[in-house]
Amino acid sequence: MNNFFDSFSNFAFRNKNFIFLSFLIIPLLWLGVVYLGSLLIFLGHSFFHLDGFTGQIVYEFSFKTLLELFSSPANIDILIRTVVLAACVTVGSAIIGFPIAYYMAKFTSPKVKIFLFIAIMLPLWSSYLVRVYSWKLILAKEGIINWFFEKLNLEWLLDSILSTPVIGGPSLSISYIGMFLVFTYIWLPFMILPIQASLERVPNSLINASHDLGANKRQTFYKVILPLALPGVIAGSIFTFSLTLGDYIIPYIIGTSKFFIGQAVYTHQGTAGNIPLAAAFSLVPILVMVIYIYCAKRMGAFDAL
Amino acid sequence: MRKALNLENINKSYGAIQALRNINLTISDGEFFSLLGPSGSGKTTCLKVIAGFEAPDNGDVVIFDQEVTNIPPFKRQVNTVFQDYALFPHMNVRQNVGYSLKVQKLKGPLIEKSIDEILEVVNLTGYDFRKPSELSGGQRQRVALARALVNKPKILLLDEPLGALDLKLREKMQIELKNIQRQFKITFIYVTHDQQEALSMSDRIAVFNDGKIEQVDTPANIYSKPINSFVADFIGTTSIFEKVSAMKLFNLDSAFSVRPENVLIFDTEKDLIGINKNEYFIANGTVIDCQFQGSHLKITFSTDANSKLSAFKSLEGNINQIYDVNSKHLIAWKRSDITILNE
Repeated sequence: MNNFFDSFSNFAFRNKNFIFLSFLIIPLLWLGVVYLGSLLIFLGHSFFHLDGFTGQIVYEFSFKTLLELFSSPANIDILIRTVVLAACVTVGSAIIGFPIAYYMAKFTSPKVKIFLFIAIMLPLWSSYLVRVYSWKLILAKEGIINWFFEKLNLEWLLDSILSTPVIGGPSLSISYIGMFLVFTYIWLPFMILPIQASLERVPNSLINASHDLGANKRQTFYKVILPLALPGVIAGSIFTFSLTLGDYIIPYIIGTSKFFIGQAVYTHQGTAGNIPLAAAFSLVPILVMVIYIYCAKRMGAFDAL
Repeated sequence: MRKALNLENINKSYGAIQALRNINLTISDGEFFSLLGPSGSGKTTCLKVIAGFEAPDNGDVVIFDQEVTNIPPFKRQVNTVFQDYALFPHMNVRQNVGYSLKVQKLKGPLIEKSIDEILEVVNLTGYDFRKPSELSGGQRQRVALARALVNKPKILLLDEPLGALDLKLREKMQIELKNIQRQFKITFIYVTHDQQEALSMSDRIAVFNDGKIEQVDTPANIYSKPINSFVADFIGTTSIFEKVSAMKLFNLDSAFSVRPENVLIFDTEKDLIGINKNEYFIANGTVIDCQFQGSHLKITFSTDANSKLSAFKSLEGNINQIYDVNSKHLIAWKRSDITILNE
């Protein structure tokens, strides 16, 4: 008996793949079947279509639903609106997040760094809904921002900002500006942390070398620091971009009555029972992300990895 | 001779640690000058002060008669070869080498020509489009050197540039560096903890210890006339006799050091015939270790006064010669060969 276990353990030691497989089989099944499998089945539904007359799903392969998605101006509006907002949120998060990440990576003492980590992570530990609703109150007409502008006698400024076509609205809490602010706030940690990690890996000697070779601070930033931190920025932007593309709660609470992809998916598969169209909508963020990552790779964003 | 660099009363502390204590140093134009010392002795900090990465707490840095203490590194006409090479990982060899020319916004063809020339000097032609990660340690070293030289700096700072290379490559690079220095006629300031490297390459050496400069002199003088026991001990192999031992054994009122190559070994009293006893110090020694070192034996003796002494014995002819541990011998060296040490 002992001999059997002995030779089994010898076999396991020599055959590393056997060990890996026996440990990984359950997580792999989970990922492969439960996660990717169901996702593929759902996305596959976009090749079926809804019978307009009976309201039943017709399980026949066709491009009807996809054509419907890309031919209806209302749907195109939803797609463009979502992608543009997601892009704005991503750029905004990067602009706000980079200096914070840079400060954390290069200028803080270890104690301050831990404090900043907690400060950045802390909001993530409270309920997402609570945070969005508090923003609703902050941005509302009776909220603190309005009050602040009133006290400064700058109401006219806020009003003129809100009267800007497209991005404005009746109040900050019902406008694209408001949505932008809330999205940027909510996803900022996902931008800061990867940038911070990538900056942490840029040795100070490279920055010294750049100065030594005659590059001033601006040149050093654009030629050395930014290219080396770019994988972190891209990783962060993948988070903020895809999270914004898929979110439906913030557009629902802060937004105007105009739909975003997430809301469209929610309505089509819930209320309308049009699972094929919901699936087709879900396909768009995935396609956009694939194109985005492909372009980033082509432009050399991951060369420094 | 024109002064390339002048450090005046430089002090630098990091919190409670004083890294540089009142450093005064003058280096002439075209000199190969080494800053030698053990790790933590302040030599690298001194280099950083010269390059401008660190500002001294007080004191002045003067480069070619221009005071640069508060001038940032990118406005100083010095370039550095970093210990870890600090090559930009996202740029290929050409981009790395041309970096300093590019940031000066020189014309394209001029940049390309300069890169070609310098790559030829460091023997890297053909590696133009490799990334640093695709190069060996020695090649990276050459890229770092080319990158620092392409801008024709007035002073080149080298921070233990050969530290990461193996012995053979290191010896080859030592010769190449020396050749490049002669060819370009620029001042090299070379930081190293390897005394052999400093002795073989430098015109002058400053020996650092605990943030201070102990001695500044030519390699020959540093080796043969060390100013104190630290320098004597740090440079080459040496045996130091403390004042107490010197008094007891030789009735000499001062500590002194003696180099192992100056020590003679005799088996018995009879063998001492033929040497003038007034010219020599003679002591009894017991062998505590005997190492074969190729061309010679290194024998360590303990003496009557509890001092240890090393001697080299050339192995001419008799390669299998050996000194048994615990065997007793007479050891002798010329009075004129010792170095009196001031404490």
